[in-house]
Amino acid sequence: MIVGVTYDLLRWEERNLIQEATKLGHKVIPIYTKDFYHLFSEDNQFQNLDVVLQRNTSHQRALSTSLIFETLGYNVINDSRTLINCENKLITTALLSRHNIKVPKTAIAFSKDKALEVASKLGYPAVIKPIEGSWGRMVAKAVDEDTLRSFLEYQDYTSVGFKNVYYIQEFVKKPDRDIRIFVIGDEAPVGIYRVNTKNWRTNTALGAIAEPLKIDDELKDLALKVKEVIGGFFLGIDVFEDKERGYLVDEVNGVPEFKNTVRVNQFNLSEYLIRKIEEWIRK
Amino acid sequence: MVTLKCPVCGGQVNVEDDALPGEIVEHECGAQLEVYKENGKLALRLAEQVGEDWGE
Repeated sequence: MIVGVTYDLLRWEERNLIQEATKLGHKVIPIYTKDFYHLFSEDNQFQNLDVVLQRNTSHQRALSTSLIFETLGYNVINDSRTLINCENKLITTALLSRHNIKVPKTAIAFSKDKALEVASKLGYPAVIKPIEGSWGRMVAKAVDEDTLRSFLEYQDYTSVGFKNVYYIQEFVKKPDRDIRIFVIGDEAPVGIYRVNTKNWRTNTALGAIAEPLKIDDELKDLALKVKEVIGGFFLGIDVFEDKERGYLVDEVNGVPEFKNTVRVNQFNLSEYLIRKIEEWIRK
Repeated sequence: MVTLKCPVCGGQVNVEDDALPGEIVEHECGAQLEVYKENGKLALRLAEQVGEDWGE
């Protein structure tokens, strides 16, 4: 295969994917977004790519380059539609809800007053999130209405896109951890617990420790159902454990990072992904 | 190894010959640098800061 890897920051993941694809005998063409341009009226500058792996850190660059490579007729993992579904939390929540996949109780409002009103229905503490964003940035827990009012005011005066859409969730009383499970093709082969005893946010970017996860059938079925709804070939799905309701799907990542998953599970995720792509391309 | 110049302090920075554009290099002066290609050769510039829309 000829594998294009489009990226803007060469993290451990991108380097590992390039190495493992090369080891498996494939030709890899790194496509550094900042050196890339596309002129629709001109011929395609990349010929005969069998697949393009989307690995941009910036959502805009990821979405834009997936769209361009799809337009050129290439298989892209993940495609632009999947990225749209993942990167906007409102779209993700709406899609999952519509297909009866359990999510944390989530409220949407378009004015501060209504945001406060609906938050009182959710109860406190409540969690406020930018509807686009990652790594747990600007995700805050409001212990009461007064605190939430302050956070809403911060949102009003930031430059965050969609700042007039207020996305507020119940605070799920999960254990000091959440679950990250990976979907690759039609399998859910590996996952981790992300454990944080010092911060209620369990992003590894915020210091959570990765621990191996044994994937039970329920979790596997859930992950594959999420994939059916969201689309895509390679997803990182974040799941909360709730004592009464069981698994709740919090977020879906369209360009997931997996360094810690590989480390604690001794699982060669890059090789697995490339082999799954080989199967997919052969079909 | 190829020796490049730090755009911040002017000091020397050693980078692997097979470095790819987009690699991040930490320099002892504290600068976080990004490898890029200039006229086909490796060079360094200040790394882009984390953006609002960055993340998995």
